[in-house]
Amino acid sequence: MNPALPWNLVKDVQQLFVYPFMVNAIEAGTTVALMAAVTGWFVVLRRQTFAAHSLSAMSFPGASGAALAGAPLPVGYFLACVIAAGAIATGSRTGNRRNPSQQSAVIGAVQVVGFALGFLFLSLYGGVLENLESLLFGSFLGITTGQVRELLGVAFGTLVFFAIAGRPLLTVSLDEVDARARGAPVRMLEIAFLLVLGLAVAATAQITGVLLVFALLVAPAAAAREFTARIGVGIALSVVIGLLVTWVGLGLSYYTNYSVGFFVTSLAFGVYLVSRASHVLAHRREALGRFEAVRAAVS
Amino acid sequence: MLAQDFIRLALIAGTPIAVAGGALGYFTVLRSQVFAGETLSHVAFTGALAAAAIGIDLRFGLFAATIVAALLLAALGEKAMSNDVAIGTLLAWVLGLGALFLDLFNRSANGGNGAIAARTLFGSIFGLSTSDAELAAIIGGAVVVVLALIARPLLYATIDPKVAAASGLPIAALSAGFLALVAVDAALTTQAIGALLMLGLIAIPAGAAHRLTANAYLALALSSLFALASLWLGVILAYEIPSIPPSTAIIAVAATIYVYAFVAPRRKHTISADDGSGVGITQLG
Repeated sequence: MNPALPWNLVKDVQQLFVYPFMVNAIEAGTTVALMAAVTGWFVVLRRQTFAAHSLSAMSFPGASGAALAGAPLPVGYFLACVIAAGAIATGSRTGNRRNPSQQSAVIGAVQVVGFALGFLFLSLYGGVLENLESLLFGSFLGITTGQVRELLGVAFGTLVFFAIAGRPLLTVSLDEVDARARGAPVRMLEIAFLLVLGLAVAATAQITGVLLVFALLVAPAAAAREFTARIGVGIALSVVIGLLVTWVGLGLSYYTNYSVGFFVTSLAFGVYLVSRASHVLAHRREALGRFEAVRAAVS
Repeated sequence: MLAQDFIRLALIAGTPIAVAGGALGYFTVLRSQVFAGETLSHVAFTGALAAAAIGIDLRFGLFAATIVAALLLAALGEKAMSNDVAIGTLLAWVLGLGALFLDLFNRSANGGNGAIAARTLFGSIFGLSTSDAELAAIIGGAVVVVLALIARPLLYATIDPKVAAASGLPIAALSAGFLALVAVDAALTTQAIGALLMLGLIAIPAGAAHRLTANAYLALALSSLFALASLWLGVILAYEIPSIPPSTAIIAVAATIYVYAFVAPRRKHTISADDGSGVGITQLG
């Protein structure tokens, strides 16, 4: 691999679709980016980024455990993430209330145990260390058509969940006490969301690698929320950013032969920085405008 | 077992690292800064690999990267630190950079089989050199001493920052100093049990202690004790059963203690003001 770059955008893009493995990678990346961006929007809204990070850690023992047991990798990914989601959901509350100190300790513990187990499975499996790198930092090589179909299925399920439960979840996330008073099933929604998050994370990890899930899950959503406070627009923008980051990242990785994880995280981080800067600038402009108005009125 | 050099070195380096990790961890949990601690450990990974890629001493990369990152976090302030979105996004990018350095290193002349990634991420307490162990013992010991000196004001500033500030404590300096200690500890721990598992000596023993007692000093001692027990028992376990990597064994012991703390009778949660924020959306600017 490592084809020449003719510096002709149309031709470059065409060349990306020559090899079937690349077509699979782009299809899988697109599916994952879409699902991750929507899920991530709720993650950012609910401030559960640390939980998302730990869930992604769990896909590591899941995958290496599956390799050890000779089971298909995706089964390992999904099983481990769903179990971890359950553990975090049950462990992070004292009685009825969220307890931040305890929650972060629980999440940290779950995550570290996940990494440790994954390392154990991998060394029992026989220390195929190149495997370690692609598990942790992602690889777009060798994604099969079957895998693409699976990812599509998971993405569809996730989007259906948000289509049905999105509105109540939003209400609960914005004002838990009020929602509880109106009789919303707060606890159930919370657990359901974590489970869906587990699925989304497991799917994302297969492309970005376990350690870099954040780039597609949280960064696009966080950037979108800096640009707009509106809900529908925000989710749409988050999806657009996620897709762009994925496509450009895959393309760059294809041409330079450096890890896709590096490009995707760098692009995502760049977009986030731009969004923060524009947010700050917008505030300053607004304040300046008000100042000018006051001065005009005084003089 | 103690006749083996690598076991002695592991215990010499591991003991101060564990004591420091447990004590720092309790503050990290109280201050809800586990995520920030994690970021520092990930920075350690990238620092080590960057050093490897340009061919300088790994330890230099470790310490330089974590301390710079800690000062940066401190400069951004408490507000940014509780902004888990910003930290998380930064964290992903730092790891992404690590992946790039890994690529670069693997392609360089002395690069090779990917063992460095495994060693940095998951540690190799049985593979420490004598100078590694001595350095870890000295620096780890120093961290413990400094922490013991500032424990009282730090605790005060953590539990009730407003009152502490009013009574003239230098809150900002205290939290920057604390983060710097965590940074040094992250660099040390990365060599022993790895960047990804550092949280195991920070969050797990502290989480267990936090759950078992509301008395802060007792919890501090318990947390260090749990970390130490995890390390020693883990080393013994890994020695007796060679197919278990030592890092995994250490985490396994820590996790067992944690599970015990969870099923043990619950204490009352009376360390008030410990959550401080958590709720509400904080933003920069």
